[in-house]
Amino acid sequence: MLFQAPTLADLNLAYTWPVVSLALGATLLLLADLFVPKDRKEITAWLAIAGLVVSFVLNLGVYSVTDVAFFGMFRADTFSAFLNMVALLAAFIGILISVDYLKRTGLERGEFYALILFTTSGIMLMGHANDLVVVFVALELLSIPLYILSALRYPDPKSEESGMKYLVLGAFASAFFVFGSALIYGATGTTGLPAIFDALQSGAVAANGSETLLLIGTALVLVGLGFKVAAVPFHMWTPDVYEGAPTPVTAFMSVGAKVGGFAALLRILLVALPALTINGGEAAAWQTTVALIAAATLILGNFVAIVQTNIKRLLAYSSIAHAGYIMMAVAAAGATGRGDQAAQAALVYLMAYMFTNLGAFAIAVAIERDDGTGTEVDRFVGLGRSKPVLAAIMAVFMLSLTGIPLTAGFMGKWLVFQATIESGLVWLAVLGVLTSVVSAYYYVGIIVRMYLQDGEGDPAAGATSYVHWAVYVTFAGTLLLGIFPFLVTNLAGPVALALAR
Amino acid sequence: MNVLNEWAFIGVFFAIAWIFPALPIVASWFVRPHKPNALKKQTYESGVETVGDTWVQFKVQYYIYGLVFLVFDVEMIFLFPWAVAYERLDWFAFGAGFLFIFLLTDALIYAWRKDALEWI
Repeated sequence: MLFQAPTLADLNLAYTWPVVSLALGATLLLLADLFVPKDRKEITAWLAIAGLVVSFVLNLGVYSVTDVAFFGMFRADTFSAFLNMVALLAAFIGILISVDYLKRTGLERGEFYALILFTTSGIMLMGHANDLVVVFVALELLSIPLYILSALRYPDPKSEESGMKYLVLGAFASAFFVFGSALIYGATGTTGLPAIFDALQSGAVAANGSETLLLIGTALVLVGLGFKVAAVPFHMWTPDVYEGAPTPVTAFMSVGAKVGGFAALLRILLVALPALTINGGEAAAWQTTVALIAAATLILGNFVAIVQTNIKRLLAYSSIAHAGYIMMAVAAAGATGRGDQAAQAALVYLMAYMFTNLGAFAIAVAIERDDGTGTEVDRFVGLGRSKPVLAAIMAVFMLSLTGIPLTAGFMGKWLVFQATIESGLVWLAVLGVLTSVVSAYYYVGIIVRMYLQDGEGDPAAGATSYVHWAVYVTFAGTLLLGIFPFLVTNLAGPVALALAR
Repeated sequence: MNVLNEWAFIGVFFAIAWIFPALPIVASWFVRPHKPNALKKQTYESGVETVGDTWVQFKVQYYIYGLVFLVFDVEMIFLFPWAVAYERLDWFAFGAGFLFIFLLTDALIYAWRKDALEWI
């Protein structure tokens, strides 16, 4: 018989519930929204939040288990549970930012929330994927709703351009990823990540002389996921897409796509390919490449952000720069025996970046006009007087993105730099510190505009109660992580991705 | 070798799928008379004479109909073998089939409520 139908016991469904419940919830939400009247879409938003809460609780229930489901294609461990938490919080804050924004800009469609839930389940599946095929399915589940969401303001040419660019380049990136997976399959005879590791370790790959094939495959996978996390030189789409998409979508996209991309990148590189070396070298073969990508990303992201005059473009380049810092952690993971520590640093950084970046975007949403204009950085002039609380919190977000102590951003950078130095990539850590200094220029520029320049009027028209709540939640997260980092490092602590080598 | 044997089925299937339509087309070359004229050499378009350029704008509803058609079309491919093997299914396959039907119904109700089935 060619194919034996699986039984329920084989599937081990219990550990997949956080993802499955969210995907099912999104499907039901799509149905439920059909019966929600047009002027009361807040109901849909609250139903979506209920779906997130259910998934969050289920995720806490399986937080500390380590097991596989679906014949080893799906893996539940601390790594995925932590990333699930980050993804669900990001979706929650993203929905809070969106509710009033969609209403006042006339974009209110019930599908918005269902699409957010679908993307979130894709992000979560990226962290769970233990097989290249599942990574691909998760990648599409993550990307396709985002293509639709970026074109949400669709008669507007900028939003259409954003959706189209993202679709074409995203499809391109997926093609790279699939081709890379095919080559890895060709070299090792399997798509399962632990099985690829075994094939490398047992010398089966070297025995049939397909090491070059595996190297090319790894490089293509790196290109495909590099597109998703917006690492230089695969970052070209980022500023245009981020600028054209509706601001809450940009906010969610800048966090969600990165969380998913780095989740898959870390799992593929650390579970499947840590033993991939050239000529018996000490570190993994991909380490130098990833380190160079990180360096290029840091330099370009931070320097180009200086000249931006639009807050969305500025945050787009800043998100490229932050991808560079997380890439540093990925590079650090390439050194022998350093994988788990570097993965933990990347996780904490992602959590810190999620809170801070979503908070900064929430304030960008608040100053935006109803027709989607008014996102120039000069609109922050005088915010310190008209909205002192919002301005003060925005200042904290900017300091956190720079990496000033007592904020989340500092803890993230501290752990990443520490991991990088301990892996022997001192030059990269030095570069990271120097580019952080450069980034202070444009982040502090916003603070200067808010407090030290004279302006009139009240620009923060969109600061409704939902946006305020989003700002408070992210502010609390930023400070908690900065002052009590052990709360999060303990959660992300027992990460055990790297197989012994 | 085991893997090769399994994939050989697809090879055989591919060969048969290719020969099956190719054989009558090739055979008809040998048996049919050959008397072309201008009318016969026109492009076949459902028996109707083609009018004008093909690069025209179509009503967008054709696209929506295409999508809805897909719901039912793909349904057949998966549900037919499921229904044929129904007696030998275990609980997992039974549930999976119903999950699939649920997702299809979901799509259909969505299209229905969004007035995609009305021809305007």
